[in-house]
Amino acid sequence: MLKLDNVTVKYGKYAAIRDVSLTVEKGEIVVLLGANGAGKTTTFRTISGLNQLAGGKIIFEDLEIHRKSPNKIVEMGIVHCAEDRKLFPQMSVQENLNLGGYVHRKNKQQIKNSMKEVYDLFPILYEKRDDPAGSLSGGQQQMLAIGRALMAKPKLMLLDEPSIGLAPLIVEQMFESIQQINKEGTTILLAEQNANAALSIANRGYVYENGKIVVQGSSQELFENEEVRKAYIGA
Amino acid sequence: MIFSNKRIIIPLLIVVALLFPFIVPNQYYIYIMTLSFIWIIAVYGLNIVAGYTGYLSLAHAGFFAIGAYSMGILTTKVEMGFWLAFILSPIITMIIGLFIGLFALRTKEHFFAIYTLCVGYIIYLVIDKWESLTGGVRGLIGIPPLPNIGPIELSDPIYRYYFVLLILLLSIFVIYRIINSLVGRTFTAIRNSENLALALGISTTVNKLLAFVLSTFFAGLAGVLYAVFIRFLGPEISSTIIMFDLLTFLIVGGIGTFAGPVVGTLLIVWVSQSLQFLEEYRMLVFGPILTLMIIFSPYGIVGLFKNISAKRKVKKVKVPIETEKGA
Repeated sequence: MLKLDNVTVKYGKYAAIRDVSLTVEKGEIVVLLGANGAGKTTTFRTISGLNQLAGGKIIFEDLEIHRKSPNKIVEMGIVHCAEDRKLFPQMSVQENLNLGGYVHRKNKQQIKNSMKEVYDLFPILYEKRDDPAGSLSGGQQQMLAIGRALMAKPKLMLLDEPSIGLAPLIVEQMFESIQQINKEGTTILLAEQNANAALSIANRGYVYENGKIVVQGSSQELFENEEVRKAYIGA
Repeated sequence: MIFSNKRIIIPLLIVVALLFPFIVPNQYYIYIMTLSFIWIIAVYGLNIVAGYTGYLSLAHAGFFAIGAYSMGILTTKVEMGFWLAFILSPIITMIIGLFIGLFALRTKEHFFAIYTLCVGYIIYLVIDKWESLTGGVRGLIGIPPLPNIGPIELSDPIYRYYFVLLILLLSIFVIYRIINSLVGRTFTAIRNSENLALALGISTTVNKLLAFVLSTFFAGLAGVLYAVFIRFLGPEISSTIIMFDLLTFLIVGGIGTFAGPVVGTLLIVWVSQSLQFLEEYRMLVFGPILTLMIIFSPYGIVGLFKNISAKRKVKKVKVPIETEKGA
């Protein structure tokens, strides 16, 4: 479904990621593991068209997408749910969701249906639909960020560190929701530092180090990999 | 709080505006009020791009002047019919705005402000130097006044006041609808974070241009009203002084707030009137007020009220929790 072929991205002269190749098949959950600054976020920003490539190519459903503008990429079905739960804090929950459905704005019925699906998935958002997004708790904000991404009806969702800064119990719920979203037909590419939780729901994974992929394999393989255990699981 | 209840305050303000000529039957005050209404339309235009979209355009006095001069030139030199020119002039402003926006919006933040400041100055120079078209420093005279519509004699200051009020109310209504539509939300999304807006699939290029062009339309419309109201145009209406007047109105009222342009413009125009005796030293009063405003209430007077009412709401919610603790 998505294929990165020897992708290199530079910030000035500094290469943030070098020769990254990865694939995501339809229906999978694929996780990118790695420390801060290893290149996970850069990879996401590049897939969604916010960064330019210095080399390589990105193919989504047999089409090269790396020269397309970010809004075209969203229209094609890749939605990026950014790190730090970036919301529009003064706008209400509902308005945030509405903006999430921007690419389908002409199809009012679909927007309505998607919104209902999001509220079914995260009932708390329905209760708070008229509250400003900035007044929500961390976990609720993350739900809204994911909900807003779902409004665009993505085929592939890029989830950047959804567990960051959340309480353990909430993290568990979050990963359950992600699994739920995946079951309903959205392919998911997930960046995480919480390797334990991420590998428990993922099919496969890639491990980043200094802008390169150093290890890859199925969740089971990564879980059993000695180095990965040392670096990211801590046992 | 009465100020936060839109259902009371808006009809009340409209009634006050409608009764104003009868409450204050003073020709000079009616004149000042009509002129204020024209400024308010221009400030609303500026608010769309500078307030809601977060792109501080400093070319809007220029667009105001383009609207005014289009009206002046079309009626005096081209001898076009009044109402056709009246409709065409804001559209001309919009088209020029579109071309300028295409280039200006390639820049961001401070660079956008500097770029548009230069554009504003170039517009001023063009008006000042292109004598055959604009009359240069001598200005453009002989612009026809508002013609009568049937029995409504728009030559009468009171009718003229109502005519400008009507256009103002229509403009406010249209802008309200735009700001509260999905398009308006995309403007705010761009102000919040352009990257985030892009990531949601919003074409920021198109929407920024739309905000810019819309805002030049209202600046142009205000210019047209100014031209037929004052009936004399000089290049100074496109000067940076006018630009910073507009900006002061917007910042004091509340940049990016809906009521800001009305509050700021009326307040400053009337305070400025009552300080006439100080002549140019008035600026000694406005300078510090503006500085304090930016430091302590960056969203102006309206932002200040919003903050206070938001805090009250929070207090109301907190009270039962405190009593619970007490028990």
